[in-house]
Amino acid sequence: MSQMTDMRKMEEEWLRTERLPHVWCPGCGIGIVLNAFLRAVIRRNIPKEKMVVVSGIGCTGRTAGYVNVDSFHTTHGRAIPFAVGIKFARPDLNVVVFSGDGDLFAIGGNHFVNAARRNHDLLIIAVNNFTYGMTGGQHGPTTPTGAYTTTTPYGNPDRPFNIPHLAISLGAPYVARWTTYHVNQLQNSIYKALNMKGFRVIEIISQCPTVYGRRNSMRSPMSMMEYFQKNSVINNKASYEEMELTYNGKIVVGEFRNVGGIPSYEERYEEIIRRAQE
Amino acid sequence: MTEKHLKEGYYFWSGDVAAAEGAIAAGCRFYAGYPITPSSEVAETMALRLPQVGGKFIEMEDEIGSIAAIIGASWTGERSMTATSGPGISLMNENIGLAVMTEVPLVIVNAMRGAPSTGLPTLIGQGDLMQAKYGSHGSYEIITLYPNNIQEAFDLMFDAFNLAEKYRVPVMYLLDGLLAHMYEKVYVPPREVWEKKIIRRKRARKGQLPYQPDEDMIPPMPLIGEGYNIHATGLTHDERGYPDLTPQAQEELVRRLNEKILKHERDIWKVEEYMTEDADVIVVSFGGESRAVKAGVNLARKEGIKAGMLRLITIWPFPWEYITKYSADYIVAEINYGQMYHLVREYSDNDVYQLNKMGGEIHTPEEVLKRIREVSS
Ligand SMILES: Cc1ncc(C[n+]2csc(CCOP(=O)(O)OP(=O)(O)O)c2C)c(N)n1
Repeated sequence: MSQMTDMRKMEEEWLRTERLPHVWCPGCGIGIVLNAFLRAVIRRNIPKEKMVVVSGIGCTGRTAGYVNVDSFHTTHGRAIPFAVGIKFARPDLNVVVFSGDGDLFAIGGNHFVNAARRNHDLLIIAVNNFTYGMTGGQHGPTTPTGAYTTTTPYGNPDRPFNIPHLAISLGAPYVARWTTYHVNQLQNSIYKALNMKGFRVIEIISQCPTVYGRRNSMRSPMSMMEYFQKNSVINNKASYEEMELTYNGKIVVGEFRNVGGIPSYEERYEEIIRRAQE
Repeated sequence: MTEKHLKEGYYFWSGDVAAAEGAIAAGCRFYAGYPITPSSEVAETMALRLPQVGGKFIEMEDEIGSIAAIIGASWTGERSMTATSGPGISLMNENIGLAVMTEVPLVIVNAMRGAPSTGLPTLIGQGDLMQAKYGSHGSYEIITLYPNNIQEAFDLMFDAFNLAEKYRVPVMYLLDGLLAHMYEKVYVPPREVWEKKIIRRKRARKGQLPYQPDEDMIPPMPLIGEGYNIHATGLTHDERGYPDLTPQAQEELVRRLNEKILKHERDIWKVEEYMTEDADVIVVSFGGESRAVKAGVNLARKEGIKAGMLRLITIWPFPWEYITKYSADYIVAEINYGQMYHLVREYSDNDVYQLNKMGGEIHTPEEVLKRIREVSS
């Protein structure tokens, strides 16, 4: 058997293949991210029963329904606190939150901010497609200023989150951004983050040709991928200003922060239990 | 390190402290919450006591996060709880629906205060009775319990957790501004005695699907981390837990979610019947208010009026059989504009009268007596 069929077989073990075909549109980027995630997990040799995937609601939120591990499709915006409950109760598990940008940063923004501050031991895979995919392409907290969506028909007047900047400002020990064009870097990033502790954030700029691209002169999946290819710049040392995303502008990607040794909330609570039982 | 458990003896506790200690005694080992008057002492007690018994306490960023966290924790097998008051319940309601739909055992304490909105933070209200059952969207059943003294605030926690685990359903545990902050003596029996009261979750048979119900309509709950590859979703789902967005799947699932509670209502009901046997007029009440009602009933008896009291300890599912059982007139005494009144009216063949205050205080026994005199003349 070739290496590729080997990998495919292993990946299928991690998928609920009986649930395929999935709900994602042709050309959607979420599958690319899921693929990178599964490959990283397989490379890490994480036992399936030690992995938990939690999603919110949205196209990306449907990921929890396809991974063949303990997996939870929760409520809109609440994947992080749900995952906090699991991780805090069972610190031996690898808990991954896999969700969309609207879910994590608009309705779930307060949970993101506070979970990062407390440094829960969670890996956050944040798929940023610049829009609310599931509900038909409305503007969201990551839509670039000027972009056209169904609720910004004259162009977006507000400005998007700078997610890496946000995560770094909250002390997250691992922060990276890639696009769906950077499949190897993305997989390596997840691979690395899986072996770290604390609140780890990976933002993936992903294409939604169906409801975002077509309103912003990138009708086909290919044209969105070409945009990512042509406009991405790898710069691990980027300044916060350089990390800002602009309408059809440059996308600075890279591993922006990678520091060890910051105790997670779960580790700090072990000390609380020790003191309480002294 | 040694765990520190409650010792047998008498304690002088508020309702909040008794509820928290009762929860820990009943096996609760996970608490997530956000402070709010008059429930904050539940959180404070949990913060102090849970790590002493190897449990976990976390103060979350809001009530939405709190309930999400205890749902997650409950899937790991921990008996999990949160506590709040009306404004917090309003925020939790979406995820109460998630817990109902995905059948997750939880205990949610609501120390009711004067409402609507910020209302009377430190004072009694009983306006959240309908919210307890109808707060989240959709048609569903949950269990709601309501003690009326501090000993009971401790004891009833065993029922709360046992029922939550047995029926895989959130249990709303009502307190009120009066009970939450009132102090009384509580007897705690030896640990061996109370530990016997704990009913553990039933385990799935080999090969049983995660949402495949047993004959009692309740599917045993698989736990995270044991290789079940659980999938749970708030979407309408089949017995595998997979989304099935059809009217047939909806009919089967939602009907079962309701019936697993309603078909066992007699197992769930707890009602105190006080001098009801020969009563011509029965005052229905619950929680803090029922203490004044009992005194009012006693005054009426002294005057020769055949009065009695039904104290609902189970609010939901509504213990309707206790209403149909008597051919008396009813007065429903509650600190709201009239909520349980409508239920009593639905099941009573006789006259049903109201006795209401909008919040902040309970009735005086004399006010109760006056109403009993009015309806029995
Ligand atoms: C409380 C609540 N509000 C609104 C919705 C509707 N809703 C579902 S998904 C979604 C947005 C999803 O966008 P995002 O998180 O970016 O994920 P995507 O679909 O783009 O992957 C919205 C608004 C909901 N399900 N729940």
